[in-house]
Amino acid sequence: MSNPTDCRYTREHEWVRKDGDTYLVGITHYAQDSLGDVVFVELPEIGASISEGTSFGVVESVKAASDLYAPISGEIVEVNERLRDEPDLVNHHPYEAGWMLRVRGSAGSSFDGLMDAYAYAAYLETVH
Amino acid sequence: MTENPGGEPLRRTPLFDTHVSLGGRMVPFGGWGMPVQYPAGVLAEHYAVRNAVGLFDIGHMGQVYVSGADALEYLQWLTPSDVSRLEDGQAQYSFLCAEDGGVIDDIIIYRLGRDQFLVIVNASNTDVDYAWMQAHRGDGGRGVGTDGVNLTLLRPDRTLLALQGPRSLETLQRCSDTDLSGLGYYRVTNADVAGVTALVARTGYTGERGYEIAFDERHAGAVWNTLLEAGSGFGIVPCGLGARDTLRLEASMPLYGHELDRSVNPYEAGLDRVIRFEKGPFVGAEALQAVQSAGRSRALIGLELTVPGIARMGHAILLPSGEVIGEVTSGGPSPTLRKSIAMGFVPVGQAVEGAHLLVEVRGRRLDACVVTMPFYKRAPAKRRVAAPSH
Repeated sequence: MSNPTDCRYTREHEWVRKDGDTYLVGITHYAQDSLGDVVFVELPEIGASISEGTSFGVVESVKAASDLYAPISGEIVEVNERLRDEPDLVNHHPYEAGWMLRVRGSAGSSFDGLMDAYAYAAYLETVH
Repeated sequence: MTENPGGEPLRRTPLFDTHVSLGGRMVPFGGWGMPVQYPAGVLAEHYAVRNAVGLFDIGHMGQVYVSGADALEYLQWLTPSDVSRLEDGQAQYSFLCAEDGGVIDDIIIYRLGRDQFLVIVNASNTDVDYAWMQAHRGDGGRGVGTDGVNLTLLRPDRTLLALQGPRSLETLQRCSDTDLSGLGYYRVTNADVAGVTALVARTGYTGERGYEIAFDERHAGAVWNTLLEAGSGFGIVPCGLGARDTLRLEASMPLYGHELDRSVNPYEAGLDRVIRFEKGPFVGAEALQAVQSAGRSRALIGLELTVPGIARMGHAILLPSGEVIGEVTSGGPSPTLRKSIAMGFVPVGQAVEGAHLLVEVRGRRLDACVVTMPFYKRAPAKRRVAAPSH
């Protein structure tokens, strides 16, 4: 699966997509493939603040728990409620139905400084 | 391929390259490089074993052949179970216990014939176990003479596969001219499998009907491929360590390093049934007798989380008051029950079915309920005789 060109990426394998005046956040195909079957996603409350580079939640695969790191700073305006009952959306549709957070970015948000799809693909080559 | 954190090169079973070519994700386990899952994924592999059939490479497990005129007395001395109760072709779950009653390993003893036994031990404990077995060969216990016991570590000459699931018999029978339909639970027999002389045992680590198959490792690839081919019509998949763990957790089977270790005695793990003092002296008997008299102080319990979340090894178990009373030894999702389950030790007074406890997961306290184990028990085999009609 190729990484969408309308997203930006982190070294921790999260993606961010600009959607109007907010941002959607999820984990990449590479991340979900490494984790294996996702069985639970622990997400923050709506209204909470997240800070770039710090943990905002946890994704549990069958075997292990992995931290999720905020790719940008801002305020959570929505979480993907479908993941409560269908956590495997993260595996099957990591860039669409498996999104995790909708964030209102704080001023000076670092979106533009993140890797684009080409830079992320090059980065993946180095971590294989 | 991940490097072994211990620095030693990882051992490989004869099927290592086969796993890689099947897309197996290889991880270090007990000093071995083993597949944790194949492309189907842990859940699909788990469901295949519950609903159809799955094939596991368990060639990393240790196999020790025990023979000689004193072999039975030696095993009586070495283990807390009554090995004399075994008939030829029968298997028994048992332990190696230290003098203080702590568990060195859990093992399966197969009686192959008079004075001939096969002992299967955990991969990560094989070297420790073998040294322990050698050390107790000539220690004078039960009058066993060193000359009367031969010990042979069958590694790497012999390998082991596990074929598990409700369609396992049909799959295996398609590869064998030996009629295996009459082989009972915890029974073992010689049989040809894919034209290879093998030892076939109706044992396993999944809570499902299944077989473990030991044979010369030179035939590993041929037997593996023949079994996969024979099971293709039933939906067979190769299964890795991930599914092996979720399956054994649902069946509440202990895993060494989690529910069992040197600091745990069999009473605490709820495995009293294995211990038979009436057979006479054995290593650890005095300590275990003392535990039996005084009563165990802690007990292994089954927990079901009643809120979303997953408990894992090391997470604290608490009373509703917030007092920490124990620790989770294994936990994870139960794919079959679609619940979140765990095992752990708590003081025996708190091991009360139906009790409300908490598990602390990354600072959050999740509600849990003490439940009966095993979490999963397969439905009894279908009745072979039709009910009388009126």
